[in-house]
Amino acid sequence: MAKVPVKPIHHMLEKVQTGIRGFDEITQGGIPKGRTTLVCGGPGTGKTMMALEFLVRGAKEFKEPGVFFSFEESVKELRENAASLDFDVDELCKSKLLLIDYIKVERDEIEETGEYDLEGMFIRLDHAINTIGAKRVVLDTIESLFAGLPNAAIVRAELRRLFRWLKDKGMTTIVTGERGNETLTREGLEEYVSDCVISLDHRISEQVSTRRMRIVKYRGSKHGTNEYPFMISDHGFMVLPITSMGLDHKVSTERISTGIPRLDAMLGGKGYYRGSFILLSGTAGTGKTSVGAKFAESAGSRGERSLYYSFEESQSQIIRNMASIGINLKRWLDKGLLHIHSQRSTLYGLEHHLMHMQHLIHEMNPSIVIVDPISNFYEVGTPKDVKLMLSRLNDMLKSKGITALLTCLTSPSNSSLESTTIEISSLSDTWLLLRDIELDGERNRAMYILKSRGMAHSNQIREFVLTSRGIDLLDVYVGPEGVLTGSSRINREASEAEFQSSLKKKIEYLRMNLEKRRGILDAEIAKIRSEFEIEKQKITDLIHEEEMKLKALASTRRAMASSRKADGPKKAR
Amino acid sequence: MKKQKPGKSWELRLYVAGQTPKSILAFANLKKICEEHLAGEYTIEVIDLLENPQLAAGDQILAIPTLVRKLPQPIKKIIGDLSNTERVLVGLDLRPSDVNESAVGS
Repeated sequence: MAKVPVKPIHHMLEKVQTGIRGFDEITQGGIPKGRTTLVCGGPGTGKTMMALEFLVRGAKEFKEPGVFFSFEESVKELRENAASLDFDVDELCKSKLLLIDYIKVERDEIEETGEYDLEGMFIRLDHAINTIGAKRVVLDTIESLFAGLPNAAIVRAELRRLFRWLKDKGMTTIVTGERGNETLTREGLEEYVSDCVISLDHRISEQVSTRRMRIVKYRGSKHGTNEYPFMISDHGFMVLPITSMGLDHKVSTERISTGIPRLDAMLGGKGYYRGSFILLSGTAGTGKTSVGAKFAESAGSRGERSLYYSFEESQSQIIRNMASIGINLKRWLDKGLLHIHSQRSTLYGLEHHLMHMQHLIHEMNPSIVIVDPISNFYEVGTPKDVKLMLSRLNDMLKSKGITALLTCLTSPSNSSLESTTIEISSLSDTWLLLRDIELDGERNRAMYILKSRGMAHSNQIREFVLTSRGIDLLDVYVGPEGVLTGSSRINREASEAEFQSSLKKKIEYLRMNLEKRRGILDAEIAKIRSEFEIEKQKITDLIHEEEMKLKALASTRRAMASSRKADGPKKAR
Repeated sequence: MKKQKPGKSWELRLYVAGQTPKSILAFANLKKICEEHLAGEYTIEVIDLLENPQLAAGDQILAIPTLVRKLPQPIKKIIGDLSNTERVLVGLDLRPSDVNESAVGS
């Protein structure tokens, strides 16, 4: 007991991780360490598989050897069953991490002649446990003992002793039991196992089968009391928590490109938040898949992996169709950065889809997930179920920091396009809407952002154009006639351009006119000025002449006076 | 605890776990029955699983004590301390299960 792979967070009870995906989450750490857990359920509910996986995971992931005691299936049968689940049981047996023993009980061969006990079984168990130093034990349908041995009283007493003994040895044990009519197990094993009881169920509703698990009892530990769906895939068990424990995901402030520059610009210039949940709704043929594919392509160019879940088109169909609008998905597919999973939604129930997604995500570890379209889920579930399932998907993806783009087909007949998706819109962080605009005998696509949490985003409607070079978002023409798209926009733009150029011409003309006038004015000013110059010269000359005359007159008078010796009044000189 | 008698067709194995009162009683009962009904025709091998636990798997032993009739075929198993002689005889096919109708035996 050197290794203690338990997380005793706030529990008194020590737990052992089973390694079964999802199970350790709902039990908050696994099954009680050193104690016995009862797994009960009807035939074919997966009891044996769960018990076997407990040992296989224990051996592989926690290096805890385990002993499997089968009372029903022979070692050969068990190995064959396990082989279908790619558990390398043989390998584990060889490396002494797993020991399978078959205890055959057949009543026909046995004659009872007096007192006995089941010490032989104890010795075998003890021997097996000691041989490989086991920490984990499975007793697969120990109730077979009741069928094989005539004296039920002895069997009961011995079972009680067995569970006590296993506890004393510190073995973490799983005992399986067949469901009874009224009781959890046919022989009331739950009386002996008081620490942890798990019930498995397999039911069919609307032709879709769902496996469910419930923790009936878990002494000394908190546990969810819900029924948890689970599935048995070729990689073993997987249990899904109904909803995660709380809304405490770590959020990222990192932004990732949508792959469409104009859309990035509309989303505050940077694109989606990493780890956000993006809903893209629209009527048929509005280009939802293209937006999804573009997102996957841009993820590939960043070197990130993406998982594309398609319910409508096959992989090759998507590749071909997207190539026609210049989106090259094949290179990312070839590089292993893109995985396209195409499947009919009606193939499985909602839970199975969810688990399958979880499984693929687990295997592939993508940074973005695209589901195209989620509206197909309504074929296999009620809106309430779908919402529940998507909220679980949301929780799961958020907790892993995966960005999800979900497309949703809305019905054009509905007066309010948004109404079908209103159910799930509350889950989404960013909600993009693609819609048709029918005008002047043509149909054009438009895109706008209905909401985008935590970022400044554009409130504009953009025309969404698919060309052989990719996706383009154009400004729509908004004028007195309303929103114009397509040819009407182009017409409108053309006539506007014409108008503009005519205006320009007019301005030019006026400008020239003005220049001309200015020229005339200047010329006139020059002419007047030159006339004035001439006049001025003339007048100046005249003034000069007159002055000369005046001077001449004065000097004549002085000469005359001196010649006459006139003695005019003398002035002081 | 190993006793062997020269015998021919009857090969019996008694599985025990240590020298418990039940095992000792079982051995004594077996011995008595064999002497009475199979004198000189049997061998008894006593296997103590505490000493050889790995031997328990071979004959699919659960209950202690268990008597296994290896020969003659088919293999028969009788559990308990063998104190019910009648049932031991039936189990060993030494006597039809009932005087009137046989059902339990082979």
